[in-house]
Amino acid sequence: MVQQTLAGSRIRERRVMAGLRQAELARQVGISGSYLNLIEHNRRRIGGKLLNDIAQALNVEPSLLSEGAEAALLSALREAAAETEAVAPELERGDEFAGRFPGWAGLIAEQHKRLRSLEHTAATLTDRLTHDPHLATSVHEMLTMVTAIRSTAGILADTKEIEPEWRNRFHRNLNEDSQRLAEGAEQLVAYLDDAGDASAGMTLPLEEVEAMLAAHKFRFDSLVNATPDELSAFVADQAQLTSDAARDMAMTVVRQLRADARLLSLDMLERQVEGGKVAPAQIASDYGVPLSTVLRRLAAVSDEMLPMPLGLVMCDAAGTLMLRKPVEGFAIPRFSGACPKWPLFQALSRPMQALRQTVTMTGREAKRFDCYAVSEPIGTIQVNVAPLYHSYMLIVPLEESGDAEAAVGSSCRVCPLAHCEGRREPSLLADVG
Amino acid sequence: MGKNVLVIEDEPNIIEAISFILSRDGWSVATHSNGHDAVGVVQASMPDLVILDVMLPGKTGYDILRELRSEDATQGLPVLMLTAKGQVKDREMAERAGASRFMTKPFSNAEVLDAVRELVAG
Repeated sequence: MVQQTLAGSRIRERRVMAGLRQAELARQVGISGSYLNLIEHNRRRIGGKLLNDIAQALNVEPSLLSEGAEAALLSALREAAAETEAVAPELERGDEFAGRFPGWAGLIAEQHKRLRSLEHTAATLTDRLTHDPHLATSVHEMLTMVTAIRSTAGILADTKEIEPEWRNRFHRNLNEDSQRLAEGAEQLVAYLDDAGDASAGMTLPLEEVEAMLAAHKFRFDSLVNATPDELSAFVADQAQLTSDAARDMAMTVVRQLRADARLLSLDMLERQVEGGKVAPAQIASDYGVPLSTVLRRLAAVSDEMLPMPLGLVMCDAAGTLMLRKPVEGFAIPRFSGACPKWPLFQALSRPMQALRQTVTMTGREAKRFDCYAVSEPIGTIQVNVAPLYHSYMLIVPLEESGDAEAAVGSSCRVCPLAHCEGRREPSLLADVG
Repeated sequence: MGKNVLVIEDEPNIIEAISFILSRDGWSVATHSNGHDAVGVVQASMPDLVILDVMLPGKTGYDILRELRSEDATQGLPVLMLTAKGQVKDREMAERAGASRFMTKPFSNAEVLDAVRELVAG
């Protein structure tokens, strides 16, 4: 029964994959676009001849639309397929595979999950190797010692006639350098042993900051009157932050969110969001605060003040995602680049201009979101120096259905949209249908 | 031979070893061990070649090299860069800064000698 209720979502997904407009499919099966829209949003049950007609128009088995496989399992299979290049799974038969062999499909999904976890560990260790200043200094010193020893030993071995005082000096140098090398190696081994024992540190600093922010739901109103020392003590006390890098990054974010709370108190916001209304530009205008402040603040208070939590994402001018407050149905990629069609990135090319766009996230659920974005300069303004910008996007989930004004994805690899000018890399999903 | 080489490196035993092998090969070797005033030392002595370490106290070898390349007198001066980092990005940084050659530690004496001879003959 649950699967039957998702038939509309499956129709929508198949239609998008096939590159068919809603109106076109509706015309082919002899119904109105608005009726198909209701079906696709699971607001009308579908069966019999109409289901067969739609299946025929989409060139799929009717049972794939009416029954399908468990959505999460299918989604996991698609992710696994999208991340492999060595083989080409029959994506168009994913539903059939998951339906006929749920155990095997579950095994693939589980192994993919495990693979991701291992990749994450490898990425974390690589990050540590690359950025750990102690490790870098130790390795540099050891290589310097090795170079001196190699060069000196080469001189002693290759120089047939060498004055006694030079020979003695080089012997002494060899002795000194080999001792320093031995000490350096011992210290490095001890350091790595200690590091190996630490279960903490297996996350990247940004992830630790995100975990801390999530734990506080992006709310730091209690710190509005905190002194700098109290603020430092608060950050130092956060269990999620295990490295100085993470604490430094967290301090920057907490300071900003605290400044937001000072500009827009809970009382001020409560009046503005009465009845679940979300009007960022109006709030910015009423209180004379930057729009980015309003976007961050609304995301922070939404969990408690609004009927549904709002999402937030921030990037720098290079498009690197630096802050994220996830919201259900709007997939934010962790490691790969995000969809360039997000208003977040469009705002970068129109600094200081407020953007609003309704988007539909591609995929089975096809959820709609009202997105507000703005790009604002950071740092102090200097003469003849181009400012740097940070871009923010507030993500407001929409309940009501509607046709897709703008279809956006998460990242190219898992996006089924065909004929997308913003595509950076091929999607296996795009070949389906 | 008899040409001048300036070795800018902060590890005394590496300086001693390089000085020895170059002197034995007929080069006149001067040394310097910090980055602060390295550019001034190069400009004052105008050697035929500079062997330049990347990690120096006071200023990095990359910064020193960029300054040398921005001056007419030292724009074309052969510079052999030494670094303990051998990653592609380090090589690219050295090339961008204007290095004539890039050598990763640990290197052999023969490699250093060959590079110096080639760069000065060059």
